[in-house]
Amino acid sequence: MTTLEAATDAARDNLIALESEAIHIFREVAGEFDRPVILFSGGKDSTLLLHLAIKAFWPAPVPFPLLHVDTGHNFEEVIDFRDRVVEKYGLRLVVAHVQDWIDDGRLVERPDGTRNPLQTQPLLDTITEHKFDAVFGGGRRDEERARAKERIFSLRNAFGQWEPRRQRPELWNLYNGRHRPGEHVRVFPLSNWTEADVWNYIAREGVDLPSIYYAHKRKVYRRDGMWLTEGPWGGPREGEKVEELTVRYRTVGDGSCTGAVESTASTVEDVIAEVQASRLTERGATRADDRLSEAAMEDRKREGYF
Amino acid sequence: MSSLLRLATAGSVDDGKSTLVGRLLYDTKSVLADQLDAVQRASVDRGLSTPDLSLLVDGLRSEREQGITIDVAYRYFATPKRSFVLADTPGHVQYTRNTVTGASTAQLAVLLVDARKGVVEQTRRHAAVLALLGVPRLVLAVNKVDLIGYDEAAFTVIAKEFAAHAASLGYSEGSVLAIPVSALVGDNVATRSDNTPWYTGPTLLEHLENVPVAPDPHEAPFRFPVQYVIRPRTPEYPDYRGYAGQIAAGTVRPGDEVVVLPRGLRTTVERVDTADGQLEEAGAGSSVTVLLADDLDIARGDLIASAADRPEVTDEFTAALCWLSTKSLQAGARVLVKHGARTVQAMVEELNSRFDEQALSIVDGPDSLELNEIGSVKLRLSEEIPVDDYATSARTGAFLVIDPKDGDTLAAGLVGERFSALGGSEQE
Repeated sequence: MTTLEAATDAARDNLIALESEAIHIFREVAGEFDRPVILFSGGKDSTLLLHLAIKAFWPAPVPFPLLHVDTGHNFEEVIDFRDRVVEKYGLRLVVAHVQDWIDDGRLVERPDGTRNPLQTQPLLDTITEHKFDAVFGGGRRDEERARAKERIFSLRNAFGQWEPRRQRPELWNLYNGRHRPGEHVRVFPLSNWTEADVWNYIAREGVDLPSIYYAHKRKVYRRDGMWLTEGPWGGPREGEKVEELTVRYRTVGDGSCTGAVESTASTVEDVIAEVQASRLTERGATRADDRLSEAAMEDRKREGYF
Repeated sequence: MSSLLRLATAGSVDDGKSTLVGRLLYDTKSVLADQLDAVQRASVDRGLSTPDLSLLVDGLRSEREQGITIDVAYRYFATPKRSFVLADTPGHVQYTRNTVTGASTAQLAVLLVDARKGVVEQTRRHAAVLALLGVPRLVLAVNKVDLIGYDEAAFTVIAKEFAAHAASLGYSEGSVLAIPVSALVGDNVATRSDNTPWYTGPTLLEHLENVPVAPDPHEAPFRFPVQYVIRPRTPEYPDYRGYAGQIAAGTVRPGDEVVVLPRGLRTTVERVDTADGQLEEAGAGSSVTVLLADDLDIARGDLIASAADRPEVTDEFTAALCWLSTKSLQAGARVLVKHGARTVQAMVEELNSRFDEQALSIVDGPDSLELNEIGSVKLRLSEEIPVDDYATSARTGAFLVIDPKDGDTLAAGLVGERFSALGGSEQE
């Protein structure tokens, strides 16, 4: 067996173990909670979550609805994709529009126009309104240092906040989902996956993704070291030059602060090769919101962010 | 060979564990440019002349400010041979709680000692906890060998002392390895060091890549906790009834004779299903859906087990509890026990003994169990459940103890008389 074949076998066995773990987590939640929901934006991690949920309950339909917190700053391709997936699998989608919160004064638009930080309130309000008690998210521990300590079952208090000191020890594969009324549990089935695992699995399973994850031509401008694109959230300021480049997105969030990377990776195999060679983490490369401070993610988690 | 190794680290304060983990990430190129830039900036801010690799792994702001680690953190790195999930457990506060958590899923543990101090009390305690949890393999990383002038004799003394202690805990010679390393400089972590020509063993990373993982309990009798009943009731699958779960031990094939516990109903496996199709055989760790030949009333919490080798069904057993809560335990306490997919009410009838980790001895009849203490207790349950001894089947011998009032996890439970695993300590 060549080294390459051995490496391929190793990667495949690893994916089988990660898939079994995620399916176990989905079934555990279905067995223990009354009203679970899957956060679903149409992005790659939430698409992967849904794929695993479908496999966990096959041939029965997924026993949970989906929830999208919509900043209004969307990439059209992603919203189209989201709606197609919902239609294809006959799922129920709840959408919380950040715009509604701004319109009735519960939220105020930020001076920089970024809406990512504004998602927290609509998310928590919707969780309360629908009495969701388990909320699946696509968070991974390899994304960022504050997430390295996140539990697979992460208890949130009645204000949706994450309290590091109240997190329960997680032993074996026994998860404790007990919570008091008004509290809920965030559940992260992809906790142990890395970005490379996600892409290798997407390739293995042939998971369909929004087109913007692959190389395409786009008009972009440079800000804070990132390639941003024009959209409903605004466009280039004076002095920011618009260029047409071949780019793709490694993560998809609020359009105002999600940057594209220059890339010619037009297939999933190209993307895997690029991820393996990449010298930047996906958040560091493309998310302005995490760059605000060294402890940016820790602070947002405490406030009840994903 | 399995391609995924789950490991845990343990060590005392200042043994350089964060630096070692940072070194593993750095040398396997699992640290990317922006993370390294952040570490370099932060190191310069702190007036350091070289990047402090421990900053790669100290996650929370409160930790970075105090220069300590307060909770188990999970790290990921990979080589072409294997992927690694590393549970990085802090050494000082709440070390039992964190070590127990990391050890519960670990196939190997790396214990750190400072070469200048050698094996200290906490090393012995950590090793005892790892033995109790049944972690199959240990590595002793004798760190900071650069600070003892790469002295072979000093290393050998430490390695021998640890080997003797590990042997007293039941570890065979082949399951323990001592390696002289310097996490700071990188000696013998991922690259063989010219400074230790007398050391002929593998580097830490080579060992992690090649060490045989404890055999998956494929040989063990089949154990399958039912998590969820799949009943589509769709036009395409009107009568489908499958039992979904993750195989805890052993293997299953269509035609196998099984028993459904606790009631003891006997039947045959008809099919083993996944979304990708039917399987000829499935083994421990696989999430599958089992279809049975007979139409039985089976629900979440039941256990499907090999008919030939079934677990004991009982409402009373002895167990070791690793107490993880600041609320202390007294005899008579009412708790919840989560075992497999079943949660039942229970009472702690007796506190038999406590493991004194300071003296490494067993104390009979303690009044209470406090945070980070390990005790042997007698439990009585409100109903009978099927249990295995932790020593023979960890996944069906393990349970959580939960506070019925607020839902907190109080303890990690291990079915059976586990203190015998702590070896000759009683005679001390």
